[in-house]
Formats: sequence, structure tokens, C-alpha cells
Amino acid sequence: MTPARPIPQPDEVTQPYWDAAKRGELVMQRCGSCQRWIFQPKLACPSCHSDELVWEPVSGNGTIYSFVKVHPPVLPAFKEKTPYLVVLVELAEDPGLRVLGNLLDHDTSAARIGHPVAVVYESLDDGVVLPQWQLTD
Amino acid sequence: MKRAAAVCGIGQTEFAKNIGRSEKRIAVEAIRLALDDAGLQISDVDGLVRFNIETSDEVDITGNLGIENLRYFGEVGWGGGAGCATITQAAMAVATGQAEVVVCWRARNRGSGGRPWAATGAGVPGHGQFSLPYGLVRPVDQIAMMARRHMFETGATEEHLGAVAVSFRAHALRNPLASMQKPMTLDDYLASRMVSEPLRKFDCCLESDGALAVVVTSVERARDLKQKPAVILAGAQGTGPEHTPMTNYHAPEFLKTASPYVAKELFARAGVKPADIDVAQFYDAFTPLVLLSMEEYGFCAKGEAGPLAAEGYLSWDGGKLPSNTSGGGLSEAYVHGFNLILEGVRQIRGTSTSQVAGAELSLVTSGAGVPTSAVILASD
Ligand SMILES: [Zn+2]
Repeated sequence: MTPARPIPQPDEVTQPYWDAAKRGELVMQRCGSCQRWIFQPKLACPSCHSDELVWEPVSGNGTIYSFVKVHPPVLPAFKEKTPYLVVLVELAEDPGLRVLGNLLDHDTSAARIGHPVAVVYESLDDGVVLPQWQLTD
Repeated sequence: MKRAAAVCGIGQTEFAKNIGRSEKRIAVEAIRLALDDAGLQISDVDGLVRFNIETSDEVDITGNLGIENLRYFGEVGWGGGAGCATITQAAMAVATGQAEVVVCWRARNRGSGGRPWAATGAGVPGHGQFSLPYGLVRPVDQIAMMARRHMFETGATEEHLGAVAVSFRAHALRNPLASMQKPMTLDDYLASRMVSEPLRKFDCCLESDGALAVVVTSVERARDLKQKPAVILAGAQGTGPEHTPMTNYHAPEFLKTASPYVAKELFARAGVKPADIDVAQFYDAFTPLVLLSMEEYGFCAKGEAGPLAAEGYLSWDGGKLPSNTSGGGLSEAYVHGFNLILEGVRQIRGTSTSQVAGAELSLVTSGAGVPTSAVILASD
């Protein structure tokens, strides 16, 4: 049996993000007042302090902003995946809107900062769905 | 608070991979040694400030040392970010008359006690729900993400990171209490195994057991004690905006940690400039944090830290800003940066094993990548 992998434990603020992933959608919070995109999810807009935040779908396109290649020792759940890539993706909607994920391509050797990526969804055994990333042309 | 309080005593246990004694026991040992160093008695202590993750609390310490009453006790959060803030809190307590003799300490059996990240549970709440499920779990992974982007934006190279590790190892070789006593060349650094690319084993701090303590009192009282006072010229804390601890990837400026916010307050309160600093102890859990801190504390412009490190800027032997002169977290011991504070004090006393001649202003910084703090120590 594969050891338990850490999974998200949603709270009242983050629940819509993970619910959307189960529907195959990537959503982000946006300020209803100043229109700013917000991540990680918050109770109010850090820029204008409005609490009228809405969840909006995003394109799921972005570029690699930074990445790491993880080598052992790691948690037992990730051991078989090593070495694996964790990418920080800058979403097309806003240069400041960045989200983490894994690069799921079989060949990750082309990964570099600035390379375009698109969202894909990975279903885990326990019904959790994680937004993930693949290189695009 | 400026020049109101001073560090009058320091004490520490040995550093070891497995010290064989409990964190509580080594905490008490270090505090006793710090009081002896100052020439104070246990009965003089009326204040304590600790890391909030310290496993011994105020009651453990008062009970096991025999302190009748604490007039002031406080704690600071954020792991490695807390160190210098404990000293600042102690100085504030002294300056406002809450207490007269305040002890700050850190005792941590991180060498024998296992890696905190290895205890990651299945369900991840809070900030970590967006990072840990992707296997970005260890502190080295979290900092490597920043390091890669910093290298991309500034042109810093792995040789620049290696220069930090090599410089601090040379200082450790001069310090008999440092854990690492084997020389390190740049080739040794480059040959060490990858842990989280772009970072290698020798970019990472040690895994140590050990305890350290400092005693803070008024400058006036410190003058009558055994040691030369290390005056607390200024201390500051900061978070920066939209901070995400250890994965500070979502703030408006990616490569702006809490440090520049701390630096701005710190230098303004002290009334000095970075160029006035004689010796520095930069929080060095990982080498890229040193380059970032050199830039964020204003010692150089963004992009200049790597080349400066490679030219020997951080070296005791002829460098412009001798740094981590005891070997630091990379080569002396990693006790959440508390050993950096003691070394900052020794530089003011003139007792470092890599002493900067005539050092009058000594900077110590705490954790980068978390809400953090820093202090400037000065001669009286
Ligand atoms: Zn807004």
C-alpha cells in the first residue's frame, strides 16, 4: 500500500477552490470592487479592503515562474516519484497571480522559467482532485 | 529603547548530533551558564522571553531553576524568525520597567529529534494545503523555489551560493566549538548531492542539538557586571504584505521577503546605515538566504550579492563585511539562528575566534522567508 499522501483540508475560505477542481475548473478569487485577482484565498481584498470577493474561472494557461526538482529524502508518499518537479505557475490573467503544482509530463527536461503550461487535473484515490500542470508549445 | 538595554551574559551547551540530554535540561544548563557569564544570580532573573515553539515553558524554567517570580514573560512566533525579536522584547521589558534581568533562550534537539517535515499529516489545513499536497514539503524545497527565481532574475550562480558555504566553513575551522571542522573547497561544494535543485546538501544548514541563552539588562546595570556590555542599539520585526510563511510566493513582489521591512525600521531606529556595520551574522538556514539578505538589508543592490560573495566579501580574512564569523547555521550549528546572536555579542566584546578588530556595530538577522526580526548590537 502506498503511504498516505498529504491532501488539502479545505476551510470555509478555500472550499470553493477545491470544489471547482472536482468539476475540472480552476477558479480564483477576484475583488468585486477593484477587480484585483487574489491568491491564496482571503476574507477581504488586500489592496482595497473590500470584502466583496467573487470566485471566477481562469483560463488555466500560464508560464513557469520558478521550479524545483525534488530529490530524496522525502515523505514516503512521494518517494517513488523522485526526482519530481514542483512548479510555481504565473497565470495568464495577472503577473502577480501564482499557484503551485507538479509538472506531470513524462519528460520534464524542457522545463525552464517562462515555458508555457496548461492546467490538468489529477484525481487522487480519496476523491481529492488537484490542479496540476503540463508543458504546452 | 535605543541604548536602554544590553546583553550582559551569554551561555551555551556544546553542539552535537545527539547531545543525549533533554531540551529542558540543556535549556536550564545554557541559562545557568549565561547568568554565570554575566555575574548574576538566579534570584536576579525576573523576566523570560522564549520562542513560542520552545518545548520548555516559563513554568518549566522557573521551577527547574528556582526563580521565585517572573514579572515579565513573553514569546515570539515563526521559528527562526523569532530569535532577534526575543532580544528586542527583553530590551523593551527592561526599558519600560517591566523587568530588570530578562533571559532569552533556544534549546533544540534537531539533530537527534528528527525532521519536523517528516511528521506531515494526511490532511493539510491553512497555507500548506496549496503546497504540501504537491510534495513541496521540506524547508529546502520551499527556499529553493525562491532561489531559482533569484538566480534567474539576478544572474546569481551555483558558484556564488557555494562561495557563501565556503566562506562560513573557513570561519568554523577557526572556532573549536563549531560542528564542522573539515575544510570545504568550491569543488567539494559542487560535488555535494542535489537535495532540491538548484540547492545541494552544502546549501543546507546543519542538523544540531544544542541550547543557547542570553541575559538582557539595563545598560547602566550591565556596566557593573563581569562582561563588556553589548548594547542593543535597535531591534525590529516585520511581516511584509500578504505573507505566506516559508512559501512566500503570493506577495505582490515575489522576491521581497519580510527582511526589507525589518531593515528599514532597524536602520532608522539605530540611526546608522548598512555601510556603518562592522560585522554581520545573516540567518543562514540555506545559502541563498544570505545573498537575499545582503541585498534586502541594503549592503548591495539586487544582483550584486552573488559576485560580492564570490570575491570574498563575507570572509573574515579580508572581506568588506565579515559575516557568520563562528561558522553560522551552515557550519557551526543550526539552533534556529540563536548561535548567530551569541556570535554578534562576542564580536562586540572582542572575543570571537574570528574577531573583527575594533568592531563597534554588529548586525544579527533572523529567519528569512517567515515573519522575522533583526538587531544591531553596539559597543557602549
Ligand atoms: Zn480590491
